[in-house]
Amino acid sequence: MAAVTAARSSCRAAGRLVCIHRVRSCSSIRFIKSKYVCVFDKSALKFSHQQRLFRTSAVSCGQIVQFKLSDIGEGITEVTVKEWYIKEGDSVSQFDSICEVQSDKASVTITSRYDGVIRKLHYNLDEIAYVGKPLVDIEIDASKGVAPEEDVVETPPMSHEEHTHQEIKGHKTLATPAVRRLAMENNIKLSEVVGTGKDNRILKEDILNYLAKQTGAILPPSPKAEIIPPLPKSETLPAAPKDKARKIPVPVSRPIVFSGKDKTEPVTGFQKAMVKTMSAALKIPHFGYCDEIDLTQLVQLREELKPLAQIRGVKLSFMPFFIKAASLGLLQYPILNASLDESCQNVTYKASHNIGVAMDTEQGLIVPNVKNVQVLSVFEIASELNRLQSLGSAGQLGTNDLTGGTFTLSNIGTIGGTYTKPVILPPEVAIGALGKIQVLPRFNGKGEVFKAQIMNVSWSADHRIIDGATMARFSNLWKSYLENPASMLLDLK
Amino acid sequence: MVLQSSLKNCLQLSCILRTPKAGFRSTTSGSLIIQSISNDVYQNLAVEDWIHDHVNLENRQVLFLWRNSPAVVIGRHQNPWQECNLRLLRQKSIKLARRRSGGGTVYHDLGNINLTFFTTRKKYERMENLKLVVKALKALRPQLDVHVTDRYDILLDGQYKISGTAAKLGRTTAYHHCTLLCNADKFVLSSVLKSPYKGLKSNATPSVPASVKNLFEEDPSLTCEVLLDAIAEEYATQHHIDHHITLINPADETVLPGINNKTKELQTWEWVYGKTPKFSISTCFNMVYKDSVLDVKVDMDVKHGRIEVCNIDLPEQWLPPALCSELVKSLVGSKFCPNETTMLATTLLRVCPQDDELHNRWSLLCENMVMLM
Repeated sequence: MAAVTAARSSCRAAGRLVCIHRVRSCSSIRFIKSKYVCVFDKSALKFSHQQRLFRTSAVSCGQIVQFKLSDIGEGITEVTVKEWYIKEGDSVSQFDSICEVQSDKASVTITSRYDGVIRKLHYNLDEIAYVGKPLVDIEIDASKGVAPEEDVVETPPMSHEEHTHQEIKGHKTLATPAVRRLAMENNIKLSEVVGTGKDNRILKEDILNYLAKQTGAILPPSPKAEIIPPLPKSETLPAAPKDKARKIPVPVSRPIVFSGKDKTEPVTGFQKAMVKTMSAALKIPHFGYCDEIDLTQLVQLREELKPLAQIRGVKLSFMPFFIKAASLGLLQYPILNASLDESCQNVTYKASHNIGVAMDTEQGLIVPNVKNVQVLSVFEIASELNRLQSLGSAGQLGTNDLTGGTFTLSNIGTIGGTYTKPVILPPEVAIGALGKIQVLPRFNGKGEVFKAQIMNVSWSADHRIIDGATMARFSNLWKSYLENPASMLLDLK
Repeated sequence: MVLQSSLKNCLQLSCILRTPKAGFRSTTSGSLIIQSISNDVYQNLAVEDWIHDHVNLENRQVLFLWRNSPAVVIGRHQNPWQECNLRLLRQKSIKLARRRSGGGTVYHDLGNINLTFFTTRKKYERMENLKLVVKALKALRPQLDVHVTDRYDILLDGQYKISGTAAKLGRTTAYHHCTLLCNADKFVLSSVLKSPYKGLKSNATPSVPASVKNLFEEDPSLTCEVLLDAIAEEYATQHHIDHHITLINPADETVLPGINNKTKELQTWEWVYGKTPKFSISTCFNMVYKDSVLDVKVDMDVKHGRIEVCNIDLPEQWLPPALCSELVKSLVGSKFCPNETTMLATTLLRVCPQDDELHNRWSLLCENMVMLM
């Protein structure tokens, strides 16, 4: 220990060297003490030859190997480095991709020949790399040794072929040298083990699982530990129970290892837009009002009208009816189609009913609006909705479609749900969310039970300018139009 | 389990070939000719990946024949903004794909055939493959003036490019693929492969434009089917196998386990756009608003397809500066994509005073910004 601290203080710049040494050889500090002294002799220290010092000084530490760019074929001598898959300090396993190089229309993936840690990248992006020259420096773990092209393992009881590059009917088994050694020590054929790693690579866990299946016991992670079920040693116990105890293997508890990691990503794009909108919505004091609507008659009506719309090339859903009914309601209660200014001094009653429709796309929530619903027929609304839906799913909605909304409807029922608590989208003052249509038993006027198509609606409104009574009356009017579609005819302009 | 089933399916693939000669046990060349039944560019590129990753090519080589419905395919290290007219692609619903091999940008449609030659890394030899194609063409029409250039193109009549090449080399396997213009839509080809984006600076591999011609124009009897057949015939002869083409379905998980994941990966934004090498845009445009013309200067750095640095220079006070800086802040970190930009810009309007004049100006700026993407 003393040698290490002395060395450290004398050569601060070689601190990294010291750390690695310390970690690897804490327990065996004594016998490398003499080597430390010669390493940190200032005159011997030349930073450009750091690698050489490593190799000559500490036998028990990782060896740095220069991985050279191998032959590409067709007589090519130079390539351009296009992408690095690793950076200095990353650990790599044999066959992991290191980088992508390009030469004359050919893109080549260079994979690692060794297991170890990347210590140096010899080229930057877009630089020219030369065949036969070093590409990266890899520090190989000393305990694993330098893995050559063909794995050479000490002669095991099993045949040599089973443990080296195995070709099983045209497929190589991938496994690191450490895993191969473990398999060999336990006399396991790699071809019989199922690999669960990348590219069907055989991992240490796979060998252990295989062993567990063979012995019928749960093995602890270290293969060298002995597994002895604890036997009761009391002599007062009769012979029979003692035998029984011996036969039942007591599972050794193993620490449960979960290797999942937290992942942090920046908030961008659609998510960022949602953060901005919803944070602004916080300023609005929301109140909710919910109700259920009997859509039995509307369902029937839509069934009749669907083929007519189809002939005209338009897909007719329930939304055009909901939107038109909302617009008719807004004519009677224009405060729901208004906007309150920043200072809460003025309310602006919007002339146009630009009703927004919440859409769930691949990228996230987007709310385009149908302009001037007050002058559109149900068919025209359906046609416009089709246009917005196809643009929305293609990611091609324009600014005009996404701005100027005055009131919003969200049909979350297409996915599911009954009652929700929708959030108002500023600068609007109200929003409605529609649940799914369910077939439920209800009582009619005669007191008989009949099958009703019931849908729930949940409204949210800005309580600064809208009161509960207004919302309730609007909702009742909207509900009456939909429960009795014929009544819409009276008020259509 | 997965290991064994993928081998079983490789065996199944060969068992589809009814001729006993071309089996796995064959010593010299159990080579295969396969053709995709799909015209989806992503599925077909996924098949190439699958064969590259899963098939042992020590004792056999594979020829894969495929055609795509309209698509633009860029090379591994290329910049789509530099190579094609993305606006036009979106308008015409032409797909954009990035392949794993290097090289330049090509336009595919059903009048273009694609050939992929799979070999081990040691047997990778592009010239041989192209000579095979030329030999097949000449066997079909001896008077055809076609030859291979040292850039691995095939030229017709000494000047028109009818085939371009690209290749991918992995640890043990390699593939070389090339196109062959039979009867493609030259008009669409030239319009989509012309980039309207100005002020782009990038180290991405550039494409070398060339005049093209269809073989159909030279000889109307040369259809895609005729050409595919001729090439398969030549390949079969040279590899001493029967002229038998095995059809494969790139959506079939039982024959090609894991293929659907590969197809999905090729369609992700992160692969198609996100793999673009770092580039910068420095451009200016004019906006006509009421009676005045405004100059706007935009500078952006884009890395992994996302905006890293953004600077918008507008005439002073034309728009509230606070709003502009909010827009710039939102754009940083977001995808260099018209949809996201529109989304962010329109969202910012929600928290502004509801002023028609402001809305109109903002929409105008937003639309112009989107034109850059």
